[in-house]
Amino acid sequence: MTGTLRKRDVAILLIGFAFLYVPIALVVIYSFNASKLVTVWGGWSTRWYGALLDNAQVLDAAWLSLKVAFLSGVFSTILGTMAAIVMSRYGRFRGRLVFSSLIYAPLVMPEVIMGLSLLLLFVALDMDRGFWTLLIAHTTFGLCFVTIVVNAKLAGFDRSLEEAARDLGASPIGAFFQVTLPIIAPSVIAGFLLAFTISLDDFVIASFTTGPGATTLPMRIYSQVRLGVTPEINAISTLMIGTVLALVLFGFALSRAFRGGGGAVGRA
Amino acid sequence: MSAGKPHRRKLGTGQRVLLAVPFLWLLLFFAAPFLFVAKISLSQAVAQRPPYEPVFAWSEGWNVFVEKLGQLSLSAYGLLFEDDLYLASYLGSLKLAALATLIGLCVAYPVALAMTRAPRSWRPALIVLAIAPFWTSFLIRVYAWIVILKDEGLLNHLLLSLRLIDQPLQIYATDWAVLIGIVYSYMPFLILPIYNAIDRQEPQLVEAARDLGASGLSAFWRVTFPLSLPGVFAGALLMFIPAVGEFVVPDLLGGSDTLMIGRTLWNEFFANRDWPTASAVAVIMLLVLLVPLLLYERNEMRISETRR
Repeated sequence: MTGTLRKRDVAILLIGFAFLYVPIALVVIYSFNASKLVTVWGGWSTRWYGALLDNAQVLDAAWLSLKVAFLSGVFSTILGTMAAIVMSRYGRFRGRLVFSSLIYAPLVMPEVIMGLSLLLLFVALDMDRGFWTLLIAHTTFGLCFVTIVVNAKLAGFDRSLEEAARDLGASPIGAFFQVTLPIIAPSVIAGFLLAFTISLDDFVIASFTTGPGATTLPMRIYSQVRLGVTPEINAISTLMIGTVLALVLFGFALSRAFRGGGGAVGRA
Repeated sequence: MSAGKPHRRKLGTGQRVLLAVPFLWLLLFFAAPFLFVAKISLSQAVAQRPPYEPVFAWSEGWNVFVEKLGQLSLSAYGLLFEDDLYLASYLGSLKLAALATLIGLCVAYPVALAMTRAPRSWRPALIVLAIAPFWTSFLIRVYAWIVILKDEGLLNHLLLSLRLIDQPLQIYATDWAVLIGIVYSYMPFLILPIYNAIDRQEPQLVEAARDLGASGLSAFWRVTFPLSLPGVFAGALLMFIPAVGEFVVPDLLGGSDTLMIGRTLWNEFFANRDWPTASAVAVIMLLVLLVPLLLYERNEMRISETRR
């Protein structure tokens, strides 16, 4: 179908992507608005970013969110990669159906249900709610996303490379770290970034599973949004969008670097 | 090892560890919590910490356990049937989620189709553009629509200054705003599966249809569209299931009369501190979503099996 892109298709693409991006662009543009009234343009200014730096509550929340996102991203990546190896390599083992159900269900499970159920577990186990319970909650759904991303890569992976390494005397663990991991690295990085951003974004599950003194950035944003639209929220939003964009670009560059190395292994 | 035999494999010790760690994690933190939801839904709300009874303790012994078991009741479920609020919330959720999914498909399908017609060199960029909003905070994307749709928001500002309307449109705080918010937020989930389903098709199929005299339109409706239905189905479930339990969109964009079950559950839990009722709401929501959930899981597993 290549090359049959007609004017109508171009128009559809333009309208479709405008629908996706105009709202986000407006938030970013209006974060530089000098006027206190959100819908009135008063010239360019960075005053709302300056105001953010003085807002200790927002800074504390941002720091907590980044810590939880990073650590839950790391744990999700480790557990999710393990689960992906199980999904793609173990064939039909007993319990496979249960295992893959447990991987797929959290991806669509309404957040209020997951949040409530985790909270009730933490209460039953008498765990203090805060940083650690947030970390557990975010690791749980993050690992499922990592599994899906890494599993897709492993499914299209040439297993003869691993077998060659084993024939040459590598242990299963050695073969994984020296052969498999460098090749699947781009998707492992993508999985980490996905888990990281989803944790950074999560509002509903965090509201259930956190405790006093551990307010995440989305919770802070939500309570400000409920009070009304302010230019400061636009500024926080823009910073969050910028952070994720920078991370994705960084991850993309890192993947390319790995792909260079992995490609060399693939050709060898 | 002889390959290809479809037998169940015996796993080695290392393999078992690799399986056990994520498996146990998900059993403990995803599956087991549902038992607590079920248990609390059979309890009664009380004004203490934790705000329900009975509370079981391991140390109390068998007799106390049995005695407390007798205190469990269906009263929270009784409330769900007595008060119209709950039924209206479930129906409102199903209605809005279904409508949003339908509207979403009508928007996403043409975009996905146009993407498959773009030159190969554009495709990776288009795919990234379609997914990227998913990487942007959900809360912020919903918030953006408050800025746009409010009575004194950007849309009304624009339309008023163009003199297309003389009264601000009241979209914000209505079900329409909720529909727009859900369609917008879940758009990436729809575009991608549909794109994949169309892109996988052999271009020769449409060519053959055209050679046999079908018009472009009829080739689309009789070949491309039916073959893309698995993708449509996958995307629709991926959107519909979480949308039914959506809290953020109805809470931020909806009016006080926008009843959705995720919001009702939230209010029971946070505003009324009625944990048993919130749990009962969750149990019934899960039962309502069981069929779409099973369909979704079967679909995903079939896709991942054929890929292997």
